[in-house]
Amino acid sequence: MIQNKKKGLLALLAVLVAALHAIPFYILITTSLKTRGDFSSRWAIPEYFTLENFTIAWQEANLGPAFVNSFIITFFAAVLLIFIGSLAAYPLARRNTKLNKAAMMFFIAIMVVPPLTALVPLYQLVVDIGMLNTRTIAILNNVAAFLPLTIFLYSGFIRSTIPKELEEAAKIDGASTIGIFFRVVFPLLKPVTASVLIIACVFIWNDYQFAIFFLQSSDVQTLTVAMASFFGENQNNLGLVAAAAFMAMIPMAILFLFLQKYFIAGLSSGAVKG
Amino acid sequence: MSELVEKSKRKPGKSTKKRGINGEKSLWWMYLPAVLFVTAFIVYPFMDGVRISFTDWNGFSQSFNFVGLEQYTRMFNDPTTWTVIRNTLLYGIGSTILQNALGLFYALLLNNQIKFRTVTRTIVYLPVIISPLIMGYIFYLFFAFQNGALNDALMFFGLDSINALGNADINPYIIVLVNTYQFVGIAMIIYLAGLQGISKDFYEAAEIDGATAFQQFKKITLPMLAPSITINVVINIIGGLKLFDVIVALTGGGPGNASQSSSTFMYDLYFSRQDAGYAATQGVLVAFIILILSLLALWYFKRKEIEA
Repeated sequence: MIQNKKKGLLALLAVLVAALHAIPFYILITTSLKTRGDFSSRWAIPEYFTLENFTIAWQEANLGPAFVNSFIITFFAAVLLIFIGSLAAYPLARRNTKLNKAAMMFFIAIMVVPPLTALVPLYQLVVDIGMLNTRTIAILNNVAAFLPLTIFLYSGFIRSTIPKELEEAAKIDGASTIGIFFRVVFPLLKPVTASVLIIACVFIWNDYQFAIFFLQSSDVQTLTVAMASFFGENQNNLGLVAAAAFMAMIPMAILFLFLQKYFIAGLSSGAVKG
Repeated sequence: MSELVEKSKRKPGKSTKKRGINGEKSLWWMYLPAVLFVTAFIVYPFMDGVRISFTDWNGFSQSFNFVGLEQYTRMFNDPTTWTVIRNTLLYGIGSTILQNALGLFYALLLNNQIKFRTVTRTIVYLPVIISPLIMGYIFYLFFAFQNGALNDALMFFGLDSINALGNADINPYIIVLVNTYQFVGIAMIIYLAGLQGISKDFYEAAEIDGATAFQQFKKITLPMLAPSITINVVINIIGGLKLFDVIVALTGGGPGNASQSSSTFMYDLYFSRQDAGYAATQGVLVAFIILILSLLALWYFKRKEIEA
């Protein structure tokens, strides 16, 4: 009886926590549905619903092309990360030579380097090779930024869960190293590939700090860069800002709600890098 | 016939010899692309940044001078540097303390078999996957001076409006709050995983010995969570010290430089003030601070783990 009462109180507390955390989203939705002249409290549900903010924001913020840019950059960066990262991790996990140990140390040390310090000279490098305002540079740069973590995750997984016997059997059958890797090892890496994919999707899709340096022209803008310039122009019309913010966050939010388990597991495995 | 058998027998033997501990191949060509990527985009720019910090380069001109330690003396005499360091530490350490305290509290709450635990977990975690920039704009709706949700609520209760984002005494704390709100889900999940790894036997034994709930928390839960605490503290410190997006969205570093962090200050120096040499110097400083703090945190909590 006492146990039940205690559980009821704890459940009530959980509801309070959930409500507290839902407030910003509630404000976002009410604001986005209000007309420009509606100065009623942000907490009030709008008297006249309007979807006008959404149609205007979609066009003026250039969200359509921005979605395409964000998608292209995230997709190609993720594919390259998985390919280059898993390939690199294999010898580092399996061959304990001095050279490989040094290479592993190199990748781990890079994870500690804050990308900030590199940003100013990196910008100059990008200007020098004439790749400013290209999606390619955003892809390559994101690949470099997440490679050390990707290699760390892959090599840990190969070392701890892939049985060596499979590779040895394939070797006896005369398979080449590269053949063994792609036909035998790579298919077994699915769980960690899923983690890498999720980390890459969340962080590259949401990136602003690199994007604002390298993607300033409007035809290559990602979602975050487009949002920032839209906010600059419409700071006095928060209904539009709210509608744009809502549309910008919705794809990742929906993906998260459907694949919650995988998102949390994937992102936690990335967090362990510290 | 016997020769064939001999041959097929010898083959694996031979290759085993080749793969002996010292003779095994590094297969370095498999990680060569990764090394090239990281060198071109991280190592080379990092070292070049240190070089630029000794120059008066403006960020676009072809000519510049090496000025020795001038940018460094300038940095330590610049009052903005101290504001920026204070803010960067506040964002790093403040968010870390809040996120861990709150994350642990949520984890302890949601580790019980209660109703609404799944939905609460989802709502708390959701902001983690949303862009911090967009999260910043969402909070702008909340804290805006005119018709912001906070002031609407204050007005409802007959209180004066506050200019939360324009006030230099308040806005750094608001930034900490928003950053905490966004990433407390990560701390919560890591603590939940940690809690689920603690065997119930400990608590049963403590119960028999008559330990109070608080004693159990202090003597069993906290020590057993030490590895989770280490991970959380280190990732939160690193994330907080690098804070950029939320500041851009909420205050733009203002008023003046009052809420500037190292990242936003460097961005300003480079793009708005054409002061690339000085921006690089500030970059070296923040790299140094991040390195020292994360090593300290790692060392401190590792020691705790061993003691426990």
